[in-house]
Amino acid sequence: MSNWRYWFAHNAGVLTAVVLFAAMFTLYISNHSAGLTPAVATTAANKAVLLALVAMAQTLPVLTRGLDLSVGMVFVMANCIASVIVVGTVGEGLLGIVAVLLIGALAGFINGAIVVWGRLQPIITTLATGAVYYGISLFVRPGPGGDVQSDIADLLTGQVFGVVPAALVVLFVVVLVVWIPYRRSVLGRAAYAVGSNEQAAYMSGVPVQKAKLLAYTLAGVLASIAGLMLTFNTYSGEASAPIAGTYTLNSIAAVVIGGTSLFGGWGSAIGSIFGAFVLRTIEDLLFVFDLPPLWQPLFQGVVLLLAVSLGAFRILRVRNRLELFS
Amino acid sequence: MSDRKPYLELKRISKRYGGVAALTDVDFSVYPGEIQAVLGENGAGKSTLIKIASGVTDPTEGEVFIEGRPVRFKSPTEAMRAGVVCVFQELSLLPEMTVADNLSIVDPPKWLGLIDAKGQRERARALLKRVGCEDVHPLELVRDLPLSRRQMVEIAKALGRDPRILILDEATSALTADDVERVYGIIRELKKSGVGILYVSHRMREIEALADTATVFRNGRKIETFTKGARSVDAIIEMMIGREVTHQYPPKPEPSTDRPVALAAANLAWGREIQDVTFNLRKGEIVGLGGLDGQGQRELLLALFGVLKGVSGTVAVDGKPISLDGPRQAMHAPLPMALIPEDRKTEGLMLPMSVRDNMTLAALPQLLGRFGIDADKENAAVQVMVDRLRVKTPDLEAPVSALSGGNQQKVVLAKWLMTAPGIILLNDPTRGIDVGTKQEIYRLMRELANQGAAILFYSTDYAELIGCCDRVLVVYDGRIRRELAGETLTERNLLQSALNIDASEQAA
Repeated sequence: MSNWRYWFAHNAGVLTAVVLFAAMFTLYISNHSAGLTPAVATTAANKAVLLALVAMAQTLPVLTRGLDLSVGMVFVMANCIASVIVVGTVGEGLLGIVAVLLIGALAGFINGAIVVWGRLQPIITTLATGAVYYGISLFVRPGPGGDVQSDIADLLTGQVFGVVPAALVVLFVVVLVVWIPYRRSVLGRAAYAVGSNEQAAYMSGVPVQKAKLLAYTLAGVLASIAGLMLTFNTYSGEASAPIAGTYTLNSIAAVVIGGTSLFGGWGSAIGSIFGAFVLRTIEDLLFVFDLPPLWQPLFQGVVLLLAVSLGAFRILRVRNRLELFS
Repeated sequence: MSDRKPYLELKRISKRYGGVAALTDVDFSVYPGEIQAVLGENGAGKSTLIKIASGVTDPTEGEVFIEGRPVRFKSPTEAMRAGVVCVFQELSLLPEMTVADNLSIVDPPKWLGLIDAKGQRERARALLKRVGCEDVHPLELVRDLPLSRRQMVEIAKALGRDPRILILDEATSALTADDVERVYGIIRELKKSGVGILYVSHRMREIEALADTATVFRNGRKIETFTKGARSVDAIIEMMIGREVTHQYPPKPEPSTDRPVALAAANLAWGREIQDVTFNLRKGEIVGLGGLDGQGQRELLLALFGVLKGVSGTVAVDGKPISLDGPRQAMHAPLPMALIPEDRKTEGLMLPMSVRDNMTLAALPQLLGRFGIDADKENAAVQVMVDRLRVKTPDLEAPVSALSGGNQQKVVLAKWLMTAPGIILLNDPTRGIDVGTKQEIYRLMRELANQGAAILFYSTDYAELIGCCDRVLVVYDGRIRRELAGETLTERNLLQSALNIDASEQAA
């Protein structure tokens, strides 16, 4: 009985994001001329899943009290590389996918290695490596283009059984295969411990370095999955700096809306998924209410501020004013 | 005892931090099934000993043996694997995680390679039951637990690691009387099953109740190990004090009670740390705060300076009641207040900023000219302070981080002297600085007092309190237990009241 009470308290942030999304999405559908058809759902899902995956990627470094400013660039780099190597037959395409995932893992591992062994700050490390990854994207694909394996692309961006958006299934599988095992592994637990209090984690014998390395590496993998999905949506690659930058910043916003603390040690990738959905739905709402799309940044900003304010209540409980600054 | 082998043995261990020796040539051992108490004043080397035994730091010299085999712990993890588990004074729990997560942080029960949440919960429940904390739910977050419960969870966490040697560093300081009894029970039970216990406590009563043997440390050296009852409390205190070279202190004026009260605190309270504290501080007087480290002295200074929220009781400065709303308000009290913080690096200085910028930070409003800060006025004021305190700095523009510890502390003092404070709160200002600078600070304190400032001085060094203060308030468990002045202000009385031993017990 009381287990439920604790479960509720632990997931309050995620639940808030879910409720917010459900309300916004209901509003969107009820004002959409076509209602909730498989086509409408698939279009919405294909857009939302990209940000959801990048936000999941961002969640992992944030949990260790870090930040990854290169997620958007890894996302774009994966898109560009995929547009070159996920081609030909289905078999060749699948090999290409594996290669893109490995490159994403390598990019993330490099971030982690610099943070752990170089002892540089995550923000500055990933700002620099992000620029490098974007440079590689430009090198691989100087101009937009590519001819992506269309069987795989159609399968993953269409509908399953003609009803369920395939992108949602992909997201679900990623949660099931990557996030849930991670959350319940010793190193996943260690990531939370490091973010909560790195000194105490070290003193308790937690594998601090491995936890950070894995968090950044998995972030690279998740960002490259998002890059693959982008490729399947557009059938091509483009080294776009605006896309890379926007996704990086929106991923941080999605993480915060999803109830994850930027101070580390608290939150979940599930929350980030719904945070991403919330951000995406703002755009759709503007569309159905016929408001100018230029208003989107304004609304996103307001939602973000509200979400962050919810987390500020702890300040009321502080007894020693010095703790406000720590 | 002689037929058994020690489980943990330290041989000829020395540890130096920079040029300062924390431990010198110490031989030390703990046997299975033995409860050994470790005694000593603040800074005697007890915590360094524990850190070396539990793998937190390396000794500079000497060797560590486990069951006769030499080992070199590179991390706390390695020490734990060898069976040496420590319950640290600063808690090692992860506040944002659940009790169950914390109890199984390193080796959680697993199912198919993944953490078994249910098994972990059951393990937590069993461990909590063992320490008598059935009221704590395994899914509660550690940050939501009161301090006393956290400490019990910390003990449960240590038990979960199946220790062969359990180190308890002031582990009962935050516990309620019931919990302390329970911890005693656990310790006796562990002893029966052959676990060696290293027990660091300042509470003589606990040591008498529990320990088989005791070892006294002083100034980084082991003085003696003896079995319980072999030495009287008196003799133990003598060992802890020793006879050391004393500093030169400036002469004290004749005691006088007719000087006006600068600060009057009545019934101050804040959580467990400050309980019903009432005292007066007169102009021209240096009042010491004595007692063991961490009995609420720091919190008292912070409370007076307005840093703590929700302090009850009243404070009057120069006869007028003030509200404790923050440092800015304290600086503008009827008599301006100043707090020299304990950690000059985090709370006192902006390390990358220059000596000049640091010194004038609190007094900038007085240095304003027509166009912002008046550079001439600022430089003149800084030069006065540099000369008065004899700050050794290559240049006024040099970053404070380039200065020695003693000179850094002088910069902090200068910053506050610039505000011409009427009440000065000092939080262990001489910690970690050289003897020469210490003496200059003593002289300065007396000079300021003679000019009419009221000074409240917390120090962990008893000799310093005796040498500098007109009277000393001894704090224990957040309360002022005793006031010592004149003839009664001796090291023996200070230590006795710090340990909260009254005269009757001492006779026994």
